[in-house]
Amino acid sequence: MSTATETIEGFVKTEYKYGFVTDVETESAPPGLNEDTVRLISSKKNEPDFLLQWRLRAYRHWLTMADPTWAKVKYPPVDYQKIIYYSAPKRKGAGPKSLDEVDPKLLETYEKLGIPLKERERLAGVAVDAVFDSVSVGTTFKEKLAEKGIIFCSFTEAVQEHPDLVKKYLGTVVPYTDNFFAALNSAVFSDGSFCYIPKGVRCPMELSTYFRINAANTGQFERTLIIAEEGSYVSYLEGCTAPMRDENQLHAAVVELLALDNAEIKYSTVQNWYPGDEQGRGGIYNFVTKRGMAKGKNSKISWTQVETGSAITWKYPSVVLQGDNSTGEFYSVALTNNYQQADTGTKMVHVGKNTRSTIVSKGISAGHGQNSYRGLVKVLKGAANARNFSQCDSLLLGNKCGAHTFPYIEIKNTSSKVEHEATTSKIGEDQIFYCNQRGLSTQDAVNMIVNGYCKDVFKQLPMEFAVEAQKLLGVSLEGSVG
Amino acid sequence: MSIERLIRNPFMLEIRNLHAGVEGRAILKGVNLIIRPGEVHAVMGPNGSGKSTLAQILAGREGYDVSEGEVLYGEKNLLEMDPEERAREGVFLAFQYPVEIPGVNSTYFLKAALNEIRKHKGLAELDAVEFLALVKQKMKLLDLGEDLLKRPVNEGFSGGEKKRNEIFQMAVLEPKLAILDETDSGLDIDALKIVSNGVNRLKRPDNAQLLITHYQRLLNYIVPDHVHVLFDGRIVRSGGRQLALELEEKGYDWIIREEPQFA
Repeated sequence: MSTATETIEGFVKTEYKYGFVTDVETESAPPGLNEDTVRLISSKKNEPDFLLQWRLRAYRHWLTMADPTWAKVKYPPVDYQKIIYYSAPKRKGAGPKSLDEVDPKLLETYEKLGIPLKERERLAGVAVDAVFDSVSVGTTFKEKLAEKGIIFCSFTEAVQEHPDLVKKYLGTVVPYTDNFFAALNSAVFSDGSFCYIPKGVRCPMELSTYFRINAANTGQFERTLIIAEEGSYVSYLEGCTAPMRDENQLHAAVVELLALDNAEIKYSTVQNWYPGDEQGRGGIYNFVTKRGMAKGKNSKISWTQVETGSAITWKYPSVVLQGDNSTGEFYSVALTNNYQQADTGTKMVHVGKNTRSTIVSKGISAGHGQNSYRGLVKVLKGAANARNFSQCDSLLLGNKCGAHTFPYIEIKNTSSKVEHEATTSKIGEDQIFYCNQRGLSTQDAVNMIVNGYCKDVFKQLPMEFAVEAQKLLGVSLEGSVG
Repeated sequence: MSIERLIRNPFMLEIRNLHAGVEGRAILKGVNLIIRPGEVHAVMGPNGSGKSTLAQILAGREGYDVSEGEVLYGEKNLLEMDPEERAREGVFLAFQYPVEIPGVNSTYFLKAALNEIRKHKGLAELDAVEFLALVKQKMKLLDLGEDLLKRPVNEGFSGGEKKRNEIFQMAVLEPKLAILDETDSGLDIDALKIVSNGVNRLKRPDNAQLLITHYQRLLNYIVPDHVHVLFDGRIVRSGGRQLALELEEKGYDWIIREEPQFA
């Protein structure tokens, strides 16, 4: 092995800068899961009966299911009775009415993470819902958005303030029967974000949710529901971090998107959960179900994800292209370093006529990382003239990591056109030498080459997050150079 | 040579008895070469004589074992420097096969490179506006379209564009010692003229050029001060421009036959 390869391997030492713990008093449920746990969560949130009943149905269904084992990831069985399903910072009195009343320690936490919630320091042009363990601690710009009729609030608040909308749409895109983790989430979800864009409204700012796991031995089960009415548009972002702990923690979220006629939803994720240490100890199990229903004619749903964190990622943001002429997109960068494992991809289900989907997946494996793309393109009989283009590229840094591609294609009509391109490459020593010969250090060269490789995905992200994602990738590849 | 002349005109590069190889196979078997500022040297030789190996070793490519000899660059031991350090100190290699870097914008790449070199020299980094002004001025030299700079580094470039891009980078980075590895290969006559013209205009009393080439053709346009024939890992003959013309006429066999050890 030449020294250039060794140098590349030197990059796999990751430094995780969001690993701190916030010291707040919490109110937690005892570990373990049974019907009482579900009832407790529901009563803590003062939920209407329809929701409790829905949770209980989900829980009973979950009992009949088993952990999925088809993904190319390895981990010891999760003991679901050891997890704490509800943990929230203790409130004084009735709970904060506005952000001014939020515990300063929590505000500090978000500030440290680069997400200031206080009025004068807020990110310009981005409304934030901040979720801390099981609850939302505050949402910015709510009033400004309300002027346009946009509802953007925590899920808990939506249940109280807009129960009709929740009842109408919850579980319509991802039913609780969908899969093991979706059923679990449906039973015990504790908070998340809710977003409703009325007919004809173009949301004037980026909406975002920032998820933070803080408490130990706690699972985070949040639920996000976005509804874009006819002719509306919204761009939504989510970010995630967690403290460094030796135990694995479970994060099982569900995201449902619904786009009606001529509506467009753009959903971007920068996922940086704690990935575990160099030996693969600790880290988040990120088992997430994300699906969008492009229900209306000419509707469009676009997923962009940059996945650099988590010990294990199991996640397939999908689009059901139901409306005629609807469009689905999936742009993904997944980086696995050290002992991280990712099995991620998408499902594009073409139902309507002239539906179009695009898949661009960029996997990067370093250290002992294992990175799998798993994607389904399904074209139903009625989806005349459906088109799909898929491109799945894998980049290997070093020679102890792995990249795998599992494309599934099911076509039920003859007028569709499906293209699939895939490449696997090693970061070239000749590329690094070329950069070196022009004066660039090996570390800068690797960052530049990897960022260039991810460009098609990064350009889909909103500007300030594209910059963030590039930096994040740089940090994740950071290490000692020769 | 007098002491004064030596002080006024010290060696830029001195290769002393360089022996090097790959995986136990000897390629260079005692190369000696001195280059002074302001000079243009051409190293010629048949395929497999070690020309490209010499260029790669000077630029710091890994994978070669130097078993004997040394290379002085000014007062520094060149072989102990990292490739990026050599580049920042003014050693430039125009690649025989320029490397593609998908997704990395050419302008961004070159700006990063130039600023590394400027930082090393203790100069202020150029911002985007200053850099673009510099680039526009240098592009005229190589007759390059501006769209080239908007494209990813070397990706989808024709062979000729890649070679011109190398010389363009050289024009921007302003190296002290430029090594041009088979820059003429794959160029048609028009492109060869453009590239040569660019190289000639970059020549200054304080820099030097080392041309590595198989054919004499390039030397019709870039006139060397010294021509060396590399054969079987050694420089077997050195001379002036005339030597290149003789080679063109008589072929490499002529010299090889005259070398007692090969006869």
